[in-house]
Amino acid sequence: MCLAIPGRVVDFVAETPQLAVVEVSGVKRQVNVDLLRDEPLGPGDWVLIHVGFAMSKISAAAAEEQMRMLQMLGEDLQAMEEIAGYQFGRDPS
Amino acid sequence: MKTVEEEVRALPRVRFRDTRIEMAHGAGGKASRRLIEGLIVPLLGGPLLAPLADAAHLEVDGARLALTADSFVVRPLRFPGGSIGELAVNGTVNDIAVSAAKPLALLLTFVIEEGIATETLEAELRAIAEAAQRAGVEIVGGDTKVVEHGKADGLYITTAGIGRADPRARCSPRSVRPGDQVLLSGPIGDHGITILLARGEIDLEADLRSDTRSVYPFVEAILNVAASGLRWMRDPTRGGVATALNELARDSGQGIVLHEEEIPVRDAVRGACELLGLDPLHIANEGQFLAVVAPEHAEAALAAVRAVPGGGEAVIIGEVREAPARTVLAAASYGGTRVVDMLVGDPLPRIC
Amino acid sequence: MKYVDEFRDPKLIRQAADEIRRLARPGRHYRIMEVCGGHTHAIYRFGLEGLLPENVELIHGPGCPVCVLPMGRTDDGLALAELPGVIFTAFGDVMRVPGTKGSPLEHKARGAEIRMVYSPLDALKLAQSNPGKHVVFFAIGFETTAPSTALTLLKARQLGLKNFSVFCNHVTIIPAIRAILDSPDMRLDAFVGPGHVSTVIGCRPYEFIAQDFGKPIVVSGFEPLDILQSLVMILRQLAEGRSEVENQYARVVPWEGNLPALRALEEVFELRPYFEWRGLGFISQSALKLRDEFAEWDSERRFDVPGIRVTDPKAAQCGEVLKGVLKPPQCKLFGTECTPERPVGALMVSSEGACAAYYHYVHRLAEANAAAGSLEG
Repeated sequence: MCLAIPGRVVDFVAETPQLAVVEVSGVKRQVNVDLLRDEPLGPGDWVLIHVGFAMSKISAAAAEEQMRMLQMLGEDLQAMEEIAGYQFGRDPS
Repeated sequence: MKTVEEEVRALPRVRFRDTRIEMAHGAGGKASRRLIEGLIVPLLGGPLLAPLADAAHLEVDGARLALTADSFVVRPLRFPGGSIGELAVNGTVNDIAVSAAKPLALLLTFVIEEGIATETLEAELRAIAEAAQRAGVEIVGGDTKVVEHGKADGLYITTAGIGRADPRARCSPRSVRPGDQVLLSGPIGDHGITILLARGEIDLEADLRSDTRSVYPFVEAILNVAASGLRWMRDPTRGGVATALNELARDSGQGIVLHEEEIPVRDAVRGACELLGLDPLHIANEGQFLAVVAPEHAEAALAAVRAVPGGGEAVIIGEVREAPARTVLAAASYGGTRVVDMLVGDPLPRIC
Repeated sequence: MKYVDEFRDPKLIRQAADEIRRLARPGRHYRIMEVCGGHTHAIYRFGLEGLLPENVELIHGPGCPVCVLPMGRTDDGLALAELPGVIFTAFGDVMRVPGTKGSPLEHKARGAEIRMVYSPLDALKLAQSNPGKHVVFFAIGFETTAPSTALTLLKARQLGLKNFSVFCNHVTIIPAIRAILDSPDMRLDAFVGPGHVSTVIGCRPYEFIAQDFGKPIVVSGFEPLDILQSLVMILRQLAEGRSEVENQYARVVPWEGNLPALRALEEVFELRPYFEWRGLGFISQSALKLRDEFAEWDSERRFDVPGIRVTDPKAAQCGEVLKGVLKPPQCKLFGTECTPERPVGALMVSSEGACAAYYHYVHRLAEANAAAGSLEG
């Protein structure tokens, strides 16, 4: 049961604080945000949606950190190839 | 000359094993094809039925006529962008058009559910009249029946359409060759998702409209500049682009490769499909047009379609290849290639 | 689409694949299990196996909640569907799963009132708008989905709804992983850990895998870059002789899990003493049932379910594929008697099933290429 989609919180439904309007690529949907009641949640936040419920708040910082690490993989490889080229670094294989 | 008995014996045998008819048999995908090829053709068929094209072409005293029949069952009757009446006109017109014929006239039959408001029927008739005028066809006859309350979902419409085959065209799946380009007139999935949302069963809100319209202007545009290079056309309705191209792959014996990133899908359709676990390639369209064109004519064909009002988003989405035969593939830029299958049953949203 | 597209960047995918190649020591064969069916699906959909070196092998785990449900439970659910006055509701994934007398869709064609829903809350709304009928919700899923069912049951109780009940088939992931680790058939080096289950249970429950069994486990997201990055992290652990729980999916998975979700589970459910899993047999404390306070909304207590054990057809090897002992094409029925259109077992019809994923993304392509007699260029 893994299909979960990231969506952006647009607004809360008046009178029902556990329901939020969440947008995915321009499509709006009412999502139950009761599972996130212990955290601050507001318009502009991104959440992970599964069967009509928000399961988790998406951390922009963690996503950025992850992208940074992925970018670095390429740089690491390049650096290692250079070192191998100088022939005084450890053979990468 | 064959005797009646010989003709009957020459038909393919009935080979349809399902004991009951299910919704899937009407969805336009594999199950529909099994019903048609396994039960209907063997019992009703003849040489003219065999190609199973959208429209049949008949020679009548030197004139080549295109004939088609269609039925329209849609819930709700009215939806953003159109209504059942418009679908009936445009759907029939399009079947004629993509068989490379100029649509001329329609017959309409109405099966009306007892109790429907006259206002509703009147609105449909106005919509039909307007759509017919826009498409340049005349309504020349029809029939009306009323059935008891509870049947017919308000209104069912069936149509018969007639057109004149364009002598310049030489379309046939067998003429498709490796290297031929696949042209699509615009974004896919608008109609099917609009209907799904208009039913109100799903709690999604999106700014989408049905794309229902006549595609004859696109057909005409291509025939004007690239008739000799035009191999095949289809309007991808139920079952979507995937089903239409799979049928071509099967009938031509060729393979087709689509470039995933080239396929135009509106953001809202993509979003709805992601949320529902659907593939836009399987979703019905009512105003889009697929054409396979020889490579030397592709640029001209594309320019011609783009010059037609409403054709501005036309794009080449892929090409024909020899291998793998009878298969449609979608290749993504990150290197993943997947087989795009015909729709199996009803598009069932997945949650996983 | 944000938080999706950037994790499909072709250049970064290439880089991650190169790093995996660099880390995988020649002469060593790595066997890494991805537990979750969603990961299996992603691996095939994005062609990730093709990007890996020959000596990194991915083994498919039993993390497909539809697949692990024995046919008898589907039959039980369908017995409820056949009761007069019952509207049977389930997710789309369930609709084509074969029962002894056909799938839910086939039962529907024969007149049973069966409706597909996208959320258990839809089933609840259906009950509210159909007071003359009883709505049964066929609840399946691991800990990702169980909290949604729990919240729905809490709402049903709050509303005092009389015509709604849940046929509960929620299962828990840890006992399944433990069963794999305890199995003599399996020799595994590491795990790609479930992504969305972990948003609920957090990462702590996996510590026994690293500490007691000495295998690295990296909790992973579902985009190509997520899975590849997780494999990089696993290979680094193995190269450095570490066995730890790591969280690659940190943008979504909190280390401590989701407290409101865990509280809701605790309030509504308790563990069944044992439950039968296809392929893994009876596992104790591995599935959920409704607590006595919720008996009124428990389909198994409102109605009589047959409760008959149904074994899979002899020739079907669903269990072995689920455990990762066999790959889908190694099952004798794969692609011949068992296809997505005529499935013998749930693995071929669930969109998370290993057989379905292999069929759609690999088998069809291989078949077409073989017929052409040449490789796809």
